[in-house]
Amino acid sequence: MAQQTAPADIRTEGGPKPDSAVVRDALGVGVAVGLSGFAFGVTSAGSGLGLLQTCAFSLLVFTGASQFALVGALAAGGNPLTAAAGAFFLGVRNAFYGLRLSQVLALPRAVRPFAAQWVIDETTAVTLAQPTRRAARIGFTVTGLSLYVLWNLTTFLGALGAKAVGDTGAWGLDAAGPAVFLALLAPMLKTTTDRAVAALAVLLGLGLLPVLPAGVPVLAAALAAPAALFVSGRRSGRGRTRDEAPEETR
Amino acid sequence: MNFWIAIGVTALGCYAVKLAGLLVPAGLLERPVVRRLAALLPVALLAALTAQQTFADGHALVLDARAAGLGAAAVALVLRAPFLAVVGVAVVVTAGLRAITG
Repeated sequence: MAQQTAPADIRTEGGPKPDSAVVRDALGVGVAVGLSGFAFGVTSAGSGLGLLQTCAFSLLVFTGASQFALVGALAAGGNPLTAAAGAFFLGVRNAFYGLRLSQVLALPRAVRPFAAQWVIDETTAVTLAQPTRRAARIGFTVTGLSLYVLWNLTTFLGALGAKAVGDTGAWGLDAAGPAVFLALLAPMLKTTTDRAVAALAVLLGLGLLPVLPAGVPVLAAALAAPAALFVSGRRSGRGRTRDEAPEETR
Repeated sequence: MNFWIAIGVTALGCYAVKLAGLLVPAGLLERPVVRRLAALLPVALLAALTAQQTFADGHALVLDARAAGLGAAAVALVLRAPFLAVVGVAVVVTAGLRAITG
């Protein structure tokens, strides 16, 4: 067994972290992000999805960025499969979170299908920040549970509220979606390559918008990622970028 | 009906990739190219989505109150505001500007 090799990036401030501290951290994230399900509920209902559809969406998909992306694409009149493709590609990162988490949590095989639904940005961030396996498991469970319960509850309330609110635009709620995306994106922009990819994707996404069917420009913008990899691969010859993310250039 | 298809496909796909990460042997996804791509893909998608949902109106590009809201969100992010505050600021500024300009 790989004894806790993963969270090397975390400072272990002498001694084990008390369970209560882990729970507090986990609840902080779970509650803060869980409440933003309200924005999703309102946005989704405002985009023309029914109450049942909106709630089913949060229960079954449960990965915020994909949910906002799909609702936005459907509202723009996108083909359902094109819209789903965009949302799916956004969800692919969760597979890589799962990979890290399965090393840290060492879950029994039988538990994994149930734990899988909670493998998202926030649970990963909390779990990987814990110094021990016990703390990691507590962090994952508490964040996952609090976030899942609250996100679905606030989705429901948001969808109900949207009817009362009426024109969601007048309340500025159409700005919630892009703000969520920006908040998720910001911490990912660490290296020059990251920023180049983001800039290219913005150009592609906006530039192709007038000419391609709804939903397709976003998929085309995703090509910025392999394009940047190709260019940076060419530039460094056959050089291997050692351990990419943390400190390339800044 | 179309909405249900989209929801169903997205739900299945998203659950499958989550589970795959937990089940797949580490070696398969640990290839550097695959990892780099997985890290950059959300960057590209989120950037494109942010831009579109801020500046798009159907097939047209427009500059309206959402841009101000997003600018405010960006400032909040630079100031290290919590997630909920970032979203809240964007909503409030957008609504405020619309209320003022009518």
